[in-house]
Amino acid sequence: MTMQPTSRAFKANAHDALADAKLQRALGFFQFGQAGLAERRRQAVDRLPEFDVLRDRAKAIKDHTLAHLDWYLERFERNCTEAGGHVHWCRNAEEARQVVLDICRKLNARTATKGKSMIGEEIAINDYLAANGVEPIETDLGEYIVQIRHEMPSHIIAPAIHLTQHQVEASFRKTHTQLDPARQLEEPRQLLDEARGILRQKFLDADVGITGANFLIAETGTSVIVTNEGNGDLTQLLPKAHIVLASLEKVVPTLEDASTILRVLARSATGQDMSVYTTFSTGPRRAGDLDGPGEYHVILLDNGRSALLGTEFQDILRCIRCGACMNNCPVYASVGGHAYGWVYPGPMGSVLTPALIGVENAGHLPNASTFCGRCESVCPMKIPLPKMMRHFREQEYERKLSPRTVRAGLAVWAFLARHPVLYHFLAGKAAALLGRLGRRNGSFYGLPLAGGWTATREMPAPQGRTFQAMWRGRQAGKVR
Amino acid sequence: MANARDQVLGGIRRALRRAALDSASAVPLEQRLAQPPRGPVPARTHGLDRRRLVDLFEKYAVEVNATVMRVAGLDDVPEAVATFLASQNLPAEIAMAPDPLLDRMPWARRPLLKIRKGRSDGRDAVGLSAAFTGVAETATLMLASGPGNPSTLNFLPDTHIVVLPASRVVGPLEDAWARLRAAHPGAPLSGAAMPRTVNLITGPSRTGDIEQKILMGAHGPRRLHIVIVEDEQD
Repeated sequence: MTMQPTSRAFKANAHDALADAKLQRALGFFQFGQAGLAERRRQAVDRLPEFDVLRDRAKAIKDHTLAHLDWYLERFERNCTEAGGHVHWCRNAEEARQVVLDICRKLNARTATKGKSMIGEEIAINDYLAANGVEPIETDLGEYIVQIRHEMPSHIIAPAIHLTQHQVEASFRKTHTQLDPARQLEEPRQLLDEARGILRQKFLDADVGITGANFLIAETGTSVIVTNEGNGDLTQLLPKAHIVLASLEKVVPTLEDASTILRVLARSATGQDMSVYTTFSTGPRRAGDLDGPGEYHVILLDNGRSALLGTEFQDILRCIRCGACMNNCPVYASVGGHAYGWVYPGPMGSVLTPALIGVENAGHLPNASTFCGRCESVCPMKIPLPKMMRHFREQEYERKLSPRTVRAGLAVWAFLARHPVLYHFLAGKAAALLGRLGRRNGSFYGLPLAGGWTATREMPAPQGRTFQAMWRGRQAGKVR
Repeated sequence: MANARDQVLGGIRRALRRAALDSASAVPLEQRLAQPPRGPVPARTHGLDRRRLVDLFEKYAVEVNATVMRVAGLDDVPEAVATFLASQNLPAEIAMAPDPLLDRMPWARRPLLKIRKGRSDGRDAVGLSAAFTGVAETATLMLASGPGNPSTLNFLPDTHIVVLPASRVVGPLEDAWARLRAAHPGAPLSGAAMPRTVNLITGPSRTGDIEQKILMGAHGPRRLHIVIVEDEQD
C-alpha cells in the first residue's frame, strides 16, 4: 500500500510479473476463464442491439458536461447543500485527506468503513487515517483481501484479480487468528462467509463510512455508487456520517443522463445488464427517516484534472472506470495491474497516470502498448486511448525523456526515411546480406543490435530481396 | 475552503478559455435540467402492455438469480410470504417496513408469523419491503427511503422479500424516474425533493472477487424473493 509511484520501473515490474507463477495462474483465470470478464462483456453487448447508439449518447453527455463543468459542479453543490449535504472542494490529495480526517475527528471516529474507491487509492486515504488514529476498514471483498495483504488493488473493478484462492486462504488464516485454525477454508464459499461474518460487525460498529462515486448528479445533488456486494450500501447507511470521495469529472446533468451511461457501464465492466446495487444518495437522513447517516459530505477532488480540459488529453475525463480496456488488453493480461506502478493500470492507466503524475514519472506506460486498438474498440465512452498514448510518446521525445539509444535510433531512421534513395540502397544491401547469411537455417537465433528480439523468439531470415525490388521485378514481367 | 473552491472553478474556466457563464448562456443548460432529455431507450420493452411487461420482468429477475412468486391480490401476500419462509426452512419471523401498502394486507390471518416493524438492527433473518417501482428492462426494483421504507431492510437481512404490485411495473428506467418525479412535484427533482436513498436492486448480492467465481450473498442478502401482486391498482 503505497502512493509512491513505481511506474518508472515498469520494465522491471513487468519482467518480475512475467516470472511470477502464482500471478500468471491468477491471470489465467482472468484471461481464459470461461466466465472471463472480456467474454462476459461481449455476450452482454451482443444481447443489446442499441449498445452502439448508447455509447454515442453516453460520450455526448460527458462531452457536454465537460464543456460546462464549472456550471454543473456549482449546480451540484447548490442542490447537495439544499438537501443538507456539505460539499468540500479540494485542489489536491493533501487537502482531501485533511477534510476527511477533520470530519472523522469531529465525530471522534475510531473506525471508518470503506466502500471501493479509486479516489481513495489516489489520495492514499487509508495510510493517512491509520497514521492519525482512525482505523480504515475496506469492505469490498477484493479490497479487504488486498488490505490485509498490505497490497494495492491490481484492477479498478476486481482488486484481487492477481491472487489465487490459495493465497486468499493463507492470508485469512494469518489474519483471522481469533478463529479455529483447524477450520475448513478450501472452498471460495467458506472464504466469503468468513469475510462476511467478520465485516458484518465492522459495519455495525463503524463511526464513519467512506465511499467513492460513479456519478454525481447536478440536477439533484446526488452521488451514485454501483456495486454487486452491497458493501457500499452498508458502509454509507449505518455510520453517523457518509463521506463521498469524487473527482470533478464524475458529474452528469440529470438522472436520465446517468441512466444512459449506466446502460453501458455494467455491460462493459462485468457483462451484467445492471449491477446488483445502483444507489442514489442525496443528503443526510431526513426528518422521519428510520435510518441513514446523520451527515453527508462530498469531496470534490481536482488533483490535476481541470488542467486536462481543453488539451489533447481531455477525452480521458470521459472515463467511467468500467475496466473494459484492461480486460481486453494483451499487455495487462500478461503482466497484471501492479506492474503499472500506481493507482490506475491498463490502457486507461497508461493515459491517466502520466496525465496526473507527469510523463517524466510514467513515460514507460504509454510505451507499454502494442497499439492493437482493442482498448479503444471496447471503450464505452469511445476514448481514443492509443492516440493519447501516442501524444505522450511525442511529449517524451520532445522533452528528451526517452533513452539515448532510442533517440539515436529514431534519428537514424528519420534521416533515412527522408532520403529514399539511400534508404532503398541500404535496405537492399541488408536484405541481400541477411538473406545469404540466414539461408541455411531460415531464421536467426541471435543478431547484433536485435538481442531484445532474438532473446525470446527467432527472427525469420529475409528472402534476399526487398519487397519493393520484387514488386518492380513483377511489374516489369507483366509489361513484357 | 472558499479559496480552493475559487481556484478549482477558476482553473476549469481558464482551461475552457472562458469566464463563468452569464445567465443568458446558461438558459439552454437550465432548460436541459428542467426538461431532462431521454437518451436511446432499448426496444426490448417498447409497446408491451402491462401483462407482458410483468412477464419480461419475471424472466429477467430469474436470470439474475432472484425468485419470483405471483399472487392474485394484496390479501394473498401474507400467505405467500409464510409459504416461502417455510419452503426455505426459514423461521416465521420478519422485519417489515412500516409501508402503507404492506399495512393494508391481512397479516392477522397468519398469527404464527412474527412481525416486527421498523428498520433492521442486523439481527433479522428476513426483511420485507414494498417496491416503489419495478423496471422490466432489467428486472430492477426501485426502493425509495422514507418513513415507511428504511433502507437497512434492503441490505442487512439474509433474505429480502419485496412486494411489487404489477401496476407499478414500468418498461425502461426513465419511466421509473418519471414516477419518482410525479411523486415529488416540482421539476427538477432538486436536492430536498429526492428521497435520501434510492436503491436500484437487480438480484441478490454477489461477488466474483475470488478467482472470478460468482458467489451469492457477499454482504447483502443471499436471497431476493419478489412477490408480484397481479391486480393491485395504485
